[in-house]
Amino acid sequence: MMSLRCLRATALFRNRSRISAARGAGFKQARWSSVSQRPGSDHVHFPGAVNSKFTTDLAFEHPSTHPAMPTYRVMSSDGIIVDESRKPSDISNEEIVTWYKNMLTVNIMDLIMFDAQRQGRLSFYMVSAGEEGIAIGSASALAPEDVIFCQYRETGVFQQRGFTLSNFMNQLFANSKDNGKGRNMPVHYGSSKLNIHTISSTLATQIPQAAGAAYALKIQTLQNPNVTPRIVACYFGEGAASEGDFHAALNIAATRSCPVVFICRNNGFAISTPTLEQYRGDGIASRGIGYGIDTIRVDGNDIFAVREVTKEARRMALEGGGKPILIEAMSYRVSHHSTSDDSFAYRAKVEVEDWKRRDNPITRLRKWMEHQGLWHEEMEKEARSQIRKDLLKAFAQAEKEKKSPLRDIFTDVYEDLSEESKGQIKELGRLLDEYPAEYDVSEFEGGRNGLDELPGK
Amino acid sequence: MRVSAQILRHFAPIPEYAGQLVCLRSYSTHPPKARLNVPIDYGSHSLLHHSPSSLQANPAFPKSNSTRQNLFQAINSALAHALRVDERTLVFGEDVAFGGVFRCSMNLAKDFGSERVFNTPLSEQGIVGFAIGCAAQGMKPIAEIQFADYVYPAFDQLVNEAAKWRYREGATGGNIGGMVVRMPCGSVGHGALYHSQSPESLFTHIPGLRVVMPRSPAQAKGLLLASIACNDPVVFLEPKVLYRAAVEQVPMEAYELPLSRAEVVKQGKDVTIVSYGQPLFLCSSAIAAAEKDFDISIELIDLRTLYPWDRETVLQSVQKTSRAIVVHESMVNAGLGAEVAATIQEGAFLRLEAPVQRLGGWATHMGLVFERFNIPDITRIYDAIKRTVEY
Repeated sequence: MMSLRCLRATALFRNRSRISAARGAGFKQARWSSVSQRPGSDHVHFPGAVNSKFTTDLAFEHPSTHPAMPTYRVMSSDGIIVDESRKPSDISNEEIVTWYKNMLTVNIMDLIMFDAQRQGRLSFYMVSAGEEGIAIGSASALAPEDVIFCQYRETGVFQQRGFTLSNFMNQLFANSKDNGKGRNMPVHYGSSKLNIHTISSTLATQIPQAAGAAYALKIQTLQNPNVTPRIVACYFGEGAASEGDFHAALNIAATRSCPVVFICRNNGFAISTPTLEQYRGDGIASRGIGYGIDTIRVDGNDIFAVREVTKEARRMALEGGGKPILIEAMSYRVSHHSTSDDSFAYRAKVEVEDWKRRDNPITRLRKWMEHQGLWHEEMEKEARSQIRKDLLKAFAQAEKEKKSPLRDIFTDVYEDLSEESKGQIKELGRLLDEYPAEYDVSEFEGGRNGLDELPGK
Repeated sequence: MRVSAQILRHFAPIPEYAGQLVCLRSYSTHPPKARLNVPIDYGSHSLLHHSPSSLQANPAFPKSNSTRQNLFQAINSALAHALRVDERTLVFGEDVAFGGVFRCSMNLAKDFGSERVFNTPLSEQGIVGFAIGCAAQGMKPIAEIQFADYVYPAFDQLVNEAAKWRYREGATGGNIGGMVVRMPCGSVGHGALYHSQSPESLFTHIPGLRVVMPRSPAQAKGLLLASIACNDPVVFLEPKVLYRAAVEQVPMEAYELPLSRAEVVKQGKDVTIVSYGQPLFLCSSAIAAAEKDFDISIELIDLRTLYPWDRETVLQSVQKTSRAIVVHESMVNAGLGAEVAATIQEGAFLRLEAPVQRLGGWATHMGLVFERFNIPDITRIYDAIKRTVEY
C-alpha cells in the first residue's frame, strides 16, 4: 500500500513540474523549498533528515543508555514543598481548599457509587482513586473556554469545571435529565456548557479528534483576531497510548502545529496488563520527543506540580501560533479497573495497599494544608459529612427520575428522523399497542406515548 | 435517610470476577403480566444438552464422555486442545495472560507458557496485523479482540489484508489459514453503545473471511476447533451473554463441527425461521407459543457459519414450508437478514406464500436504557410468525 501511495505521489509531482515548466519563469513555486545534498557537506541534507552529521562510528542508539526523563514535583509525599522557589504563589488558599474538597467529592462519590453498583442500583461504575490529583490539578489550570476531550477516568475534570452533583447522578442513573438521554453507560459524562465532549468507551479515538479540534480553534483565531485564543486538553491512559490513534494524533498535531495539551495518565495498568507488557520505552513521555513535541513528566500525586505543568503547557501551546505539548502524569491505579474488575486476580493486594498508604494525591495535599494551618481533623470530618450528604441527596433525586421518552431510541441518529426510522417507530408503536402486557413502559417519560412526536419537539 | 442506610451498608466482597462488563443491574426487566417476553431459562432450555444422552443422540458429537461446561469453559477447552496438539498454536490479545476479561483463556498461559499465550499491548490493529504475520509464517494464531465493539481499528488488517491474502498471493500459494480472530459480541442488557454491538454483517460482506457465531458451549467447541483447523482466516463471534448463562454437556474429547453448514435444530412444516447466536433461544420460546396458539409447526435453522453460509439447507427448508423469517440481533439495515431474504426470494420465489420477514435491531444505536425495545424479543418474533401465517 505504501508503494502504491508513493507511485501516486510521484505521478503527481511529475504533473506539477510539467505544469510549472509550461507556465514559465513567472510561476512561483511556494509550496516546498528545494532541499539538496551539497557536495562535500559533513551533514545529511535531504527531506526527512535535514541536519544529521555523518559519522564513521558504528553506534546504535540504545534506549537503555538514555537516562529516564525526570519527574517534576513541587511537594513531597509528606506535603512539604521541596523547592521553596516553586511554591504555588498565584493561587489563594481558598482555591486550594476548593481543590481539596473537589478531590474529596470525587473520592466519596466513587465509594458511594461503587457500593451502589454492587447493590444493583446502577449497571456500572468506574472510580478514579489515586488519579484525582491529575484531573483536578490539570483542570484548575485550564480556561473555561478551553475544549476538553476525556477518556473515562477524569471525573475530577468535570468536578473542577463545575459539573454539579445532580449532573453526575442524572448521567449515572441514565435518566431523562442526563445530557446523553440515558443512552450511554455510566461515567460517560459530557457537557457543552463546560466545553467537554461526551465520553466514548472506545480508547484513544479522542486523541486525534483533539488535534483536529485544536486546529479548528487555531484557524478560528486566525480568521477572527477578536476570538480569544484557546487550547484543547486531551486525556488518556498509558494503555490507550498503544493504539494507532495515539501515534496518528501526536504526529498530525505536530505537523499542523495544533494548540493541544495531551495529558497521559500513566497509572501502571490497562485493566490487567502492566506497563511492562504495554511498552518498553521510557513511559509515554519519550514518544513525544520522537514526534518533535515538547514533553514533560510530572508526579500525578502532586496537585501543585500537575497544575503548574499544565499552566505552563497551556501557555506554550498558544505560543507562536500554537503547538502540541505532551504531559505524562504518573499515578498508580489503586482502584480496580471498573466495577467489573477484581484486580487482585492479577496483582497483589499488598502492593495496592502499599501504594494507597504511601502516597495519594488527597492525603498529600491534606498534609500540606495542615502544615499551613488551613485544615484540621474537625474540618475534615465536617467536609466529608457535608459532601456525603449532598451526594446522597442528588443520588436519591436522580434515582427516582423518569427515563427519556422512547422516541429517543431513534432520535439523534441523524439530524432528522429518516424515513426508515419513522417506519420503525410506527412498527414499535404497533407492537406496544398489540402486546401491552409484554412491555413495561412506565419508567419512560410519557410511557407508550413517548414514542410519538412530542408537541413542541 | 433511606438511601444512605442502604448504600452505606457494608457490602459483600466483590463477586467472582465476571468480565469487564458483567454487573448486577440489567436495564431489561420484564413486565409482571408478560406471557412471551419472559427471561430465557437456560437451565432447562431445549436448545442446550442438559444430559449426556441428549448430547449422544446428536450424531455430530463424538461418543465420548462429556462434562457440563458454560460457553467460556467450552472455548477454553478448545483453545487448550489446540495449544496441546499443535505447537504452532498461539493465543494472544489484551489481558489474555490472566485469563481474559471473560475468562476464556484461563490457565492457558500457565499451562502452555508465556511464549505461546500472552498479553499484547492495547492495539487491535496491532493484534490482528501481528496475527496475520504469524499465520503467513506458518503459525496458527488465535487472536482475541476484547469486545467486537473494539474491532474497528483492525478493519484494515481484516478487510484489506486477511481477506485478500490468498487472492493476491495467487500462484505463490501463500495464505494465512490457521488465523482465527475471536471476539465477544452482542447485548447483555446494559452494554450501551460500545459493549453491545454485533458487527457480523460488516464481515459477511467480505469474501475471504469466514464468519462464525456459535449458539451454545458444545457448538462453540466444535466450531472453534473447525475454525482453527480451517485454512482460511476466520472471524469467530461469541455471544457474550451466553458465556456464563448457557451451560450444557460438552464432549471432553476434541471434535469439529463443519463450517458453512447450517443445522436444523427443530423440524417443522409451516414456517422456517433462520437465525444464529443468542436470538435462537428467543426464537425457540416464540415458536413454542406460536405452535400452541396457531396449531402449526415451525422449523428452526441455526446458520452457525454466517459467511459463506449454507444456502442449500435454508432453501430446502423454505421449499418445504413456503414461509420464512430471518432473525438477528444486529441492525436490520443491510444485515444478514437482507442477504438471506434475497436468496430465498431468488431460490424459492414460486414456493413462497408470504413475504420473507426480516427481524433485527432497529436502525439505531444501542442506547443503554432502551436496549430491550431495540433488539428483537420473543414478542416480535411471535408477532412475525403470526403475520406470516395469516398473510
